[in-house]
Amino acid sequence: MSWNSWEEFWDMGGYAVFVWGSYSVVFAGVALELWLAMRRRSAVLGSLRRNREDAQLGDPT
Amino acid sequence: MFWLQYAAPQRLYALAGRIYPLAFVLAAVLTAVGLYLGFWVAPADFQQGQAYRIIFVHVPVSWMSMLIYVAMAFWALLGLSFKTRVSGMMTQALAPTGALCCFLSLWTGALWGKPMWGAWWVWDARLTSELILLFLYLGYIALTRAIDDPRRADRAGAVVALVGVVNVPIIYFSVKWWNTLHQGASVSLTKSPSMAAIMLWAMLVMTLAFWAYAVGMAFYRVRQTILEREQDAAWVGELKEIAP
Repeated sequence: MSWNSWEEFWDMGGYAVFVWGSYSVVFAGVALELWLAMRRRSAVLGSLRRNREDAQLGDPT
Repeated sequence: MFWLQYAAPQRLYALAGRIYPLAFVLAAVLTAVGLYLGFWVAPADFQQGQAYRIIFVHVPVSWMSMLIYVAMAFWALLGLSFKTRVSGMMTQALAPTGALCCFLSLWTGALWGKPMWGAWWVWDARLTSELILLFLYLGYIALTRAIDDPRRADRAGAVVALVGVVNVPIIYFSVKWWNTLHQGASVSLTKSPSMAAIMLWAMLVMTLAFWAYAVGMAFYRVRQTILEREQDAAWVGELKEIAP
């Protein structure tokens, strides 16, 4: 398949709303999931680091 | 059995940390190849024109929505049978990606249904059973998050995952068992695919991409669950990402 122009590609034979509406939401969903998972990782690591520092501060030795 | 050593959370944490980057790279490469094949190599469909190109995401996310639920049921069964701690963690790690795939299946299906059937949604067996799958995912996530004790949360979640898995063959065979508006399978194990080879290849590559993404996501996510549950264990305090 060779598209004659970028306009033709973006137009998707008149189905642009449906095709790009599908792909954009799929990619947005994946990006959102990745972002949430990375945010959770930094939250978990942050709280573990804080616990560790608190434990060291409270250590009587 | 060799894989039983990964039933220890510490081992799984390390293994998952090695797997997820590879899985994400694989997913990115396969997505690039799949989209190239799907948009630049595959021709327009003779009946559906360019709209059919939704298939390259719709079928992969739909398959993954079912496959991830089956994987969850597998871990749930393992957890209930052998009381391995990591089973519940894996089940929980898979659920959000499954729910996302299920939602995306319904979303892309609606955007494909509108131009082809003239309706965003119909109460047909395939669509309805996929909607039930979304509720099963959301129910599983809500239930396991509502129970504070991780062991009880895992057990309750495992029951939901196992009971709900009967819905998966219902989704899969719905287009055969009932007279549905949704078209029959384009690809099945029993007969040769009813689509052009290049379209089939693009779809399979995209399916592998989503599979790799789901694997990467589950292993990425399970590491945080392990850290939360094992936070008092000595090995967690010694991790280089926590102890600088």
